[in-house]
Amino acid sequence: MPTLSSLRFKNRLYYVLLAAGGLVALAGLYAVHLMEHHGHIITGMNNQIVWGVPHVFAIFLIVAASGVLNVASIGSVFGKAIYKARAPLASLLSIAMLAGGLSVLMLDLGRPDRIIVAATNYNPTSMFAWNIVLYSGMFSLVFVYLWTMMEQRMNRWTKPVGFAVFAWRFILTTGTGLIFAFLTARQAYGSALLPPMFIVLSFAWGLAVFHVVQTVIYAWNEKTLDPAILQRKKNLLGVFVIGSLYMVATYHLTNLYFAHQAGFERFILLEGGVYPRLFWWGYVLFGSLLPLLLIFSPGLEKTKYVMAASLLVILGSFALLYVFIIGGQAYPLNIFPGYQVSSSFGDGQIATYHPSLYEFLLGFGGLAIAFIITTVSVRVLNFMPQDKPYISD
Amino acid sequence: MNDIDIQRRSFLKTSLGAAAVAIAPGMLLIDVAHGKPQTVNGPKSANSKVRWGMLINTTQCKSGCNDCVTACNRENGLSGDTKPTDSQWIRKIELKDDSSGRDLSLPMMCQHCEYPPCVDVCPTTASFKRADGIVLVDKHRCIGCRYCMMACPYKARSFVHEPLHDQKPDVPRGKGTVEACTLCVHRVDQGLKPACSEACLNKAILFGDLNDPESEISRKIRSVASVQVRADLRLNPGIRYQGL
Repeated sequence: MPTLSSLRFKNRLYYVLLAAGGLVALAGLYAVHLMEHHGHIITGMNNQIVWGVPHVFAIFLIVAASGVLNVASIGSVFGKAIYKARAPLASLLSIAMLAGGLSVLMLDLGRPDRIIVAATNYNPTSMFAWNIVLYSGMFSLVFVYLWTMMEQRMNRWTKPVGFAVFAWRFILTTGTGLIFAFLTARQAYGSALLPPMFIVLSFAWGLAVFHVVQTVIYAWNEKTLDPAILQRKKNLLGVFVIGSLYMVATYHLTNLYFAHQAGFERFILLEGGVYPRLFWWGYVLFGSLLPLLLIFSPGLEKTKYVMAASLLVILGSFALLYVFIIGGQAYPLNIFPGYQVSSSFGDGQIATYHPSLYEFLLGFGGLAIAFIITTVSVRVLNFMPQDKPYISD
Repeated sequence: MNDIDIQRRSFLKTSLGAAAVAIAPGMLLIDVAHGKPQTVNGPKSANSKVRWGMLINTTQCKSGCNDCVTACNRENGLSGDTKPTDSQWIRKIELKDDSSGRDLSLPMMCQHCEYPPCVDVCPTTASFKRADGIVLVDKHRCIGCRYCMMACPYKARSFVHEPLHDQKPDVPRGKGTVEACTLCVHRVDQGLKPACSEACLNKAILFGDLNDPESEISRKIRSVASVQVRADLRLNPGIRYQGL
């Protein structure tokens, strides 16, 4: 039984954490203010690396926001009880991360003040314009989904709305992949593999985030998760991590098979300095193989190992996105195949990029927005998973 | 009819009158903003019968010569600096053929594609193609997302990273928006050639109407071999290169 003083301490700790989150979000907004005032000159981005660290954070949050709903879908669509109990928390995390990711994406614009222009001028051939619809639709749909789950009179609608969310998030992550897949001229992108790759990555990243948040909530409420449930969910994470590795390997192997892509692959996998290092050490070793070891080694069934594996998957995802987004732009565009080229505009040269503090402040600001939405919501509404005695289904 | 109804009517009448007075000057201003009617000697609006383009003769283009770049910077009010964050609407590229070792030099700028990827990907339709084939950015509509820069196969576009000063009245630019070669649209509309074409002492940049079979550029394209850069992408650029 918790004592009065321990409850008081916890209450204080809650507000301290919330205030810390608020400060990080404010620091992000301050960075935006400076970027607005001075222009993007204060970031590390330039005319060669046009999307930088903010996009790494934003795309992580958006992709994970879609993937975390997998937990809800397995419950609502496939009828698994332990996932159904977790659907409200998964939906909340989805909304929170989507809000954080979109804030970063929007505030990094050269003219964030013109967001109304983006809402009123719609180009049907633009994947970005489609994504604006997909993101706002996802927000509304997940809100309705949460409502059908949390309001008892609406419960009978949970299944159909769950189906709609299930379909929508597939289309949404396809859309995120297509942003890159439609860039035909860039060696790193322009591949039809990207949308399915992003979907599989989203499963792993979303579930990793879910594990982290669930572990913290259980610890905070001094409850223990049924080991059988933990076992099932960590195995699922393992399967998703293997699936991600498979998709990433296929993407690189198809590139390696095309002679004209050999230079790019040599750069990104071997000779590109920070990019191969982040890929092999960050994504493959620490972001995938080590988590797999923690998940599947016998005798490591404790919560802390699952937590460590999940955190490593999240760190690996940032490494992979950095390599994919920034490394992909750093390799020079092949405008004149068969020629060696040089110019004052970086033609034929590997582009340099040194991310500035402001970019990281903006990125962490997005994480902080997701954190604040989550912490406030779990306090005012009941998102704690309510498990019946575990029966394997 | 009771008092309240009458009061309500007079209130509605007054409101309508006030609204009309408030809106009317705005409507008049919209008419003014839509611009001058066309005159015989004034600038004509873009016409789809015309397709502006260029033929660049790389055999006449001298390595190390930067006259076209300097003229572009002067005409459009660019700083001429070449840091990675500075705008470069046109640049000189030095090429060496991998297999033969042949050296080449040529200017590279927006290729004014018939099917421009930048226009396809722009979420707000700020990137657009005029009826006469010139690809432009509406600086009032660009939100600075830089998706067009990711999509352009020629790396022709720049993002304005810093506040601007002393802009040219004919060449609107803006911090936080994307920009590129306009084919000197303000000069073309006055019947002049783009600044780079005029500045090239070697006459390596021939400007003209690709749709007019009798224009100098059309006759030249019929008689000499010329190629479009990255023709495999099937974007049908309006800029062609001879000797590449």
